[in-house]
Amino acid sequence: MYLEVDNNKTYIATGSKEHVDGNPTMSFVHGTGMDHTVWTLASRHFARYGLNILAVDLPAHGRSGGELKPTIEDMADWVVQALDAAGQESTIMVGHSMGSLVAFDVAARYPDRVTSLAMVGTSMPMPVGDLLLDNAEKDNHLAKEMINYWSHSTSAHLGGSQVPGIWMLGKLIRLLERSGPGVIYNDLLACEKYTEGIERSKNIQMPTLLILGEDDFMTPIKDAKALAETIPNSRTILIPNCGHAIVSEAPNDMLDALATLI
Amino acid sequence: MAKIKTFDFDTLSNHAGQRPDKETGARAVPIYQTASYVFRDSDAGAAIFNIERGGHVYSRISNPTNAVLEERISALEGGVGAVATSSGQAAVFNTIATLVDQGGHIVSSYALYGGTHNLMEYTLPRFGITTTFVDPNDIEGFKKAIKPETRLIFGETVANPRTEVLNIPEISKIAHDNQIPLVIDSTTTTPYLMKPFALGADIVVHSATKFLSGHGTSMAGLIVDGGIFDWESTDKFPQMTEKYAGFHNLSFTEEFGPAAFISRVRNEASRDFGACLAPHSAFLVLNGIETLSVRMDKHISNTRQVVEYLDQHDMVEWVSHPDLKNHPNHELAKELLPKGSTAVFSFGIKGGREIGQVFIDRLDLFSNLANIGDAKSLVIHPASTTHQRMSVKDLEEAGISEGLIRLSIGIESVEDLIEDLEKGFKAAAKVS
Ligand SMILES: Cc1ncc(COP(=O)(O)O)c(C=O)c1O
Repeated sequence: MYLEVDNNKTYIATGSKEHVDGNPTMSFVHGTGMDHTVWTLASRHFARYGLNILAVDLPAHGRSGGELKPTIEDMADWVVQALDAAGQESTIMVGHSMGSLVAFDVAARYPDRVTSLAMVGTSMPMPVGDLLLDNAEKDNHLAKEMINYWSHSTSAHLGGSQVPGIWMLGKLIRLLERSGPGVIYNDLLACEKYTEGIERSKNIQMPTLLILGEDDFMTPIKDAKALAETIPNSRTILIPNCGHAIVSEAPNDMLDALATLI
Repeated sequence: MAKIKTFDFDTLSNHAGQRPDKETGARAVPIYQTASYVFRDSDAGAAIFNIERGGHVYSRISNPTNAVLEERISALEGGVGAVATSSGQAAVFNTIATLVDQGGHIVSSYALYGGTHNLMEYTLPRFGITTTFVDPNDIEGFKKAIKPETRLIFGETVANPRTEVLNIPEISKIAHDNQIPLVIDSTTTTPYLMKPFALGADIVVHSATKFLSGHGTSMAGLIVDGGIFDWESTDKFPQMTEKYAGFHNLSFTEEFGPAAFISRVRNEASRDFGACLAPHSAFLVLNGIETLSVRMDKHISNTRQVVEYLDQHDMVEWVSHPDLKNHPNHELAKELLPKGSTAVFSFGIKGGREIGQVFIDRLDLFSNLANIGDAKSLVIHPASTTHQRMSVKDLEEAGISEGLIRLSIGIESVEDLIEDLEKGFKAAAKVS
């Protein structure tokens, strides 16, 4: 569906189902240069369970208009505006990669809006290599290739998609190629600059789930585990043989993990 | 500049799509000879049915052996995903049926495999879909043939049998200027000789019966989605952009982004038309793909020598192969097909049809049959077989004369192949 958020036309996927007043809500925030389509399976699944789904396209991503938000905090404020626009008081917040930082920041600064939190493929801080940042700044295609390459585990480079007939590396690079100029750089820089996170962990009192790929090269699990230790009410589910792109490599395992939140 | 080193073609052709079987450690791709799949529980079943969870429901729609093949061809082509079909013909039909509704129109190169020509010229009009055929070398002709109801442009990379090379970069521009996709039949070239997506094509179809399999053992087809075409740039494809009542109001572009087309193929064409690939055939095609590059190199080097031999032979009127300088697409082939263009080509024998028959009947190694792309060398007389349903005018347009003989050069010893052809010519010379 399209809603007006922050005076801009904004796309929010609902898992092919209309919202029902009073039903619980589950919100999804995508990662760098991506859009709501990385959540399609999960959105459809939890929509069938009767949850009101909000899988947003962040400003200037996917089908949403507006200007890029330069920081994780700006993105988090915007997500709360999106919740308001959709008339949703509180939500289960789910985010992947950059989106996991956004989800975390919403939970930390607007704790009464978040009933539980899931961070998929995450770490904190989330530093970005200079080579990648440099190529992203120049809008080089190589930046997208690097993200695609490092997001997938070595075994995923040979395929074995859980969704039959999909070549994961091919699908993700095409998705990244759809992002407009400057989007990747904006998002990577926002991740790099989000250093206040750990300080805010103490505000995260709600049940929190970290879903991690054992072979994540982008956000190594040792950094994620350090984060988990700072969140009082957290659990970690480790997916074997899986890289950073859990949304593409292990959508079924992610679904099972998320189901433990409801 | 730094480079990202992904796996090379020869690694992907052996591994892509497969992880060794967890239960047994089997290295070869297991043949999942099953119609259906036990669900973990009722909810998981409902979830797979409703595209919430990856998995298999019923082998008409997907199968684990076929899925390996689908990923492998997507990896080799550089696409987002693929669907395997029961034959190349089914791949062509399911692609058209996904994109073109009743009243729709196709612009196609007229240099086509006879079965594809028949489908477009005689069968699809029964369902309200018409085709305008264009000379593949007349780039402007493609532009002129486009109508408001045109939904795709179709052509073969290197046409069977007259070896016209399609100018994919130029024709894809025309397609995209008109917000329609370019669909390419890449059967004769395979992703080893050419990658149509990199040149501008949007969808690739294969008869995997041919070089991909390489052993002439199985019928198989593949549809590969490049994931690049912007279906939302136009209102021409409501089946991609609007809610689909046939699947609980799913919108394919909204939900699947770059994989919209191939998701629609699986969830409509595979499901409703039923032309699914047998998993055992998928296994055989996979076995073939493992050696694709080695075989194609041998097909091509053998072809070069046979073409040279024929080109200098007294009894040969003409040879049509892009390697030859007099071929109209000689330069284009060098540009688009640097590793070699095709092992399927034709020549005219002096004396016409009857002499041609004597020649074919004398051959021992070349098998006279209706196929191409086998490891073994093949020969046929198209005017009386594969293209017999075409009118004299259509045959003329497609450049198929009465004396035309089509060869598909195999990977046997090229000395033996040339000796076989020489015997044929000697027999033909006696009666002419
Ligand atoms: C170029 C081309 N496309 C499509 C087909 C049809 O494929 P199949 O015979 O596998 O149905 C053929 C078969 O000869 C072909 O040569």
